[in-house]
Amino acid sequence: MKSSELAVLFKHRRRKNREKLLDRGFKTFSVAMASSVAIILFAILILIFTGSLESINKYGAEFLVTSEWNPVTDKYGAWAAIYGTIVTSILSLIIAIPLGVGTAIFLTENIIPSSITNFAGMMIELLAAIPSVVLGLWAIFVMEPFIRPFLLYLYHNFGWLPIFSSEPIGPGMAPAILILSIMILPIITSIARDSLNQVPQNLRQAAYGIGATRWTTIFNVILPAAISGITGGVLLALGRAMGETMAVTMIIGNSLSFNLSILAPGNTIAAMLANQFGEADGSQVSSLMYAALILMILTLTINMFAQWLVKKLSLKY
Amino acid sequence: MKEKNHNLYKFNLSYNLLSRRNIVDKLFSILAGIFCLIVIAPLFLVIIYVIVKGSSQISSVLFTQLPEPPGDDLINAGGIGNAIQGTLIVTAISTVISIPIGVGGGIYLAEYSTNGPFARFIRFGANVLAGVPSIIAGVFVYGSIVSTKILFNNSYSAIAGGIALSILMLPTVLKTTDEGLKLVSDNLRKGSLAIGASKFTTITKIILPNAFTPIATGILLAIARAAGETAPLIFTALFSFYWVDNINSIFEPIASLSVLIYNFALEPYEAQNELAWAASFVLVLFLLILNIIARLLGRYTGTMK
Repeated sequence: MKSSELAVLFKHRRRKNREKLLDRGFKTFSVAMASSVAIILFAILILIFTGSLESINKYGAEFLVTSEWNPVTDKYGAWAAIYGTIVTSILSLIIAIPLGVGTAIFLTENIIPSSITNFAGMMIELLAAIPSVVLGLWAIFVMEPFIRPFLLYLYHNFGWLPIFSSEPIGPGMAPAILILSIMILPIITSIARDSLNQVPQNLRQAAYGIGATRWTTIFNVILPAAISGITGGVLLALGRAMGETMAVTMIIGNSLSFNLSILAPGNTIAAMLANQFGEADGSQVSSLMYAALILMILTLTINMFAQWLVKKLSLKY
Repeated sequence: MKEKNHNLYKFNLSYNLLSRRNIVDKLFSILAGIFCLIVIAPLFLVIIYVIVKGSSQISSVLFTQLPEPPGDDLINAGGIGNAIQGTLIVTAISTVISIPIGVGGGIYLAEYSTNGPFARFIRFGANVLAGVPSIIAGVFVYGSIVSTKILFNNSYSAIAGGIALSILMLPTVLKTTDEGLKLVSDNLRKGSLAIGASKFTTITKIILPNAFTPIATGILLAIARAAGETAPLIFTALFSFYWVDNINSIFEPIASLSVLIYNFALEPYEAQNELAWAASFVLVLFLLILNIIARLLGRYTGTMK
């Protein structure tokens, strides 16, 4: 074939302008869509920050440590809600970590046949699919009446401890802590399962080979190897617990005053937002935005740290 | 030498069930099993309660009637017809918004980006956005759309609720698209480009159809999550006691199953509480079916690989 003939052939294959335009347009479209994720994230931060400026200027850091929340006198302090957010999320983590990690070990370390573990794993993932508002409904009508005798027992026998120093009257921080731990269990379990599955089989075989029992292997070899992923999962669960709204709002009692006791009604930042934002006006909106900003900073920091930790430590194997 | 041999015989190499280390080992296994049961128990308890309390109220009235405002009628609370309709509409709006953005962004990450700082930043941003509390999405949409009345001077609306939900769906859709596209064999890309197809044709005709199941799984899971969300809706979509009967209603407050459960669970009237259980039954059934379909789809992709 002569080169002139080839040139004719290639001329026929030259792309039409319309096709080129479409190609370029599609790339621009996909870049724009990808950027929108960043734009939304920044827009959220900017909107909440500008919304809370008025309150930041007025109260400053005092907002974080005072607990008077009074729309009538226009005096706002979020300490009660911040305390509630931290206490409920930390205590629910303390309940959920052993349960979740124990379950993950049970489901990955070949203790029972894999058909049962697959079924149980699916059940736990379906637990994550139950909407939080339904868990809240269940907490109000089923769980709270059921656990109240235990809480009363705590009050009567350990009432001298400041955290059990008030009589349980129904909604309160303790039932909120329990419902939160139910909600974060699926996250901890599934991330811990993934990290345990990623531990190389060689490590297990080596440990068994030198005569270690199953649980010696788990405690001394497998858990240390998987700790980065598990910690990441726990931090993600902490972020989720801090931002969890509906179930907590429905069961925590939404008290505006500060109370050290976990048996008393309390509040969290998310619950306060859910309760008051719709009806708020004036400087109350700004104060709620300030509280939202605190929540946002808390969850963002925890999430970023979790991502960093998982990425940094997962390179080991 | 003889002494040493004798010592060796004292070691019994067969498995001794009653030795301390084996008993401790068994105890730990049993403890882990108990933990597993404790973790699964709430699922069964919640599902059983929702079925027992909710399914007894399933009737044609439930699906065809409007809910009664609390306190009007102490015995009959009406139905949840408009809440089912509202949940479907708001979820549909959020799906329509989040699919082009999420799939488009995912295509950029998997097909165009060279894993440079911008792409890494977007992936990081998607993970961060996934961790933003859902109530914050509600506050954001309230501040940017509801209170500014930017949508044709309407404040609370189905659109605002849909936008708030789409913020929650977006990271899931984007990440599953990104990961689904990466699973497609590179040979397909090279083959398509080699026979002269443009990048656009390659992506839309070859890559996307091949990654359909993982992307569809991700979208279904995102829809299932959004349909059960309440926090972003309570001050964006609000609630309504009426049907949606024309297209303009999407600019007005709209009912949804989750907000109905929230509002009616806190009412002091038993009729409303019962209706909340009925709504929970319908919602949980809907979400479990969506989840199971998504999981079956995911398993189907798993066998394809």
